[in-house]
Amino acid sequence: MAMLEIKDLEVCYGVIRAIKGVSFEVNQGEVIALIGANGAGKTTILHTITGLIPAEKGSILFDGKELTKTPAHKIVSMGMAHVPEGRRVFAQLSVLENLKLGAYTRKNKVEIEESLQMVYDHFPRLEERKNQVAGTLSGGEQQMLAMGRALMSKPRIILMDEPSMGLSPLLVSEIFDIIKVISEGGTTVLLVEQNAKKALSIADRAYVLETGNITLSGKASDLMNDDSVKKAYLGE
Amino acid sequence: MDFLSYLVSGISLGSVYALIALGYTMVYGIAKMLNFAHGDVIMLGAFVIYTISTTLGLPAIVGVLASIVICTIFGIVIEKVAYKPLRKASSLAVLITAIGVSYLLQNAALLIFGSDTKSFTSVVTLPTLKLFDGQLIISGETIATILVSVVIMVALTLFINKTKPGKAMLAVSEDKGAAQLMGINVNRTISLTFAIGSALAAVAGALLCSAYPALSPTTGAMPGIKAFTAAVFGGIGSIPGAMIGGILLGVIENLSKGYISSQLSDAIVFVVLIIVLLVKPTGILGKKIREKV
Repeated sequence: MAMLEIKDLEVCYGVIRAIKGVSFEVNQGEVIALIGANGAGKTTILHTITGLIPAEKGSILFDGKELTKTPAHKIVSMGMAHVPEGRRVFAQLSVLENLKLGAYTRKNKVEIEESLQMVYDHFPRLEERKNQVAGTLSGGEQQMLAMGRALMSKPRIILMDEPSMGLSPLLVSEIFDIIKVISEGGTTVLLVEQNAKKALSIADRAYVLETGNITLSGKASDLMNDDSVKKAYLGE
Repeated sequence: MDFLSYLVSGISLGSVYALIALGYTMVYGIAKMLNFAHGDVIMLGAFVIYTISTTLGLPAIVGVLASIVICTIFGIVIEKVAYKPLRKASSLAVLITAIGVSYLLQNAALLIFGSDTKSFTSVVTLPTLKLFDGQLIISGETIATILVSVVIMVALTLFINKTKPGKAMLAVSEDKGAAQLMGINVNRTISLTFAIGSALAAVAGALLCSAYPALSPTTGAMPGIKAFTAAVFGGIGSIPGAMIGGILLGVIENLSKGYISSQLSDAIVFVVLIIVLLVKPTGILGKKIREKV
């Protein structure tokens, strides 16, 4: 059974159907990329999975449990973390306070401290700036903080929305290296990206989303050589 | 010596405004709404004390505690019944509802207690303090108000910055969606905010009516508006802003009463507010709303 199974999902904004019956699955340990142009509905799908937007129809099963009927705040303790588009760090709180909020649902102080050390190992810059107010961090540092904050919940699956957005090529590579490390540590990754090249380079499988429908899916290495993908998303 | 006396009673009055303003500013910060029924919770709390302590003759402390409990429950219920269904409605609809709740509370009190002004028995038993050979007289109510307010403000600041529910409140006030992703129950956090705000209003009501012992169904209206002004003055949404705004407002009001005119004092307070907002539209400690990049 797949860890995360999305079936015939439909999402509406008012009368507009943004997601028109999407199905896909994520297996334990995989890195799955969801690629597509601006406005294709990638972010909407992630927001629906973690309950920030209600689903109109269809189902989202996480370990066999229906997420469309689960309140958003209960999902993180089930083992799913979401790094939202635009980072959305708590700008007025310090880096450390942000990270601690990531572990909001956890009780064991020793384990939380271990997670904090693990996050600092991944992102040494966050430790250097732990007392700095998050709003004063650079874009790349905020992305690291958003990822670190998500890791603080000790997730089994992590949803990442456009982690490369607005970052320099050097930082993008750094961020993707860390995603790889996170994945190798055993965490399943569902990655939404406009930077299709980077996303496909680290993904096992990928789905191509176009105006609310999945139009193509397969192994990332196959999609990278697919002519239509090359033309539309890889700029070749 | 007059100046000191005006100053001290101004700080005392301002502390009450600050306690009420905290309710306004916390609710605004978390729920992004102006709860204009907040002032009437003060009146409600004062009537609870009046009923228990004056009518039934029980000790003042019983009245105060009952008032805090009842106001807290009312705050939570008002939010659940009147505001929660409007969570996604336009802010104008919420504002009108809040004014409606305010009138509902005032008229319910009118129905139950009648329109005549009741004489409120002070809940403070501290003696009057005479300093400088009796030249400076500070009433027990003034001392109690300042002491209680300072303790509450310190406790509230510690609660917000040091405890998990406090941090959750800060997170919700900044970004509800991201807060939910952390596992924070937004509805419960909003309830908690209304509960704290209303409990503070109950304390403010007890202190205010002890110092100015005339109680009627509209008792909460003017202090409510003043406290709202104080919250805007200090920067709405900012907790230290509400404290500073409240105390400054009380001091300005009392100094105007003492040196200029007691009839014009309210007008002067609002003129100062207008000037502050012209110079710094976000209030003294208000933050600029960050544009999303």
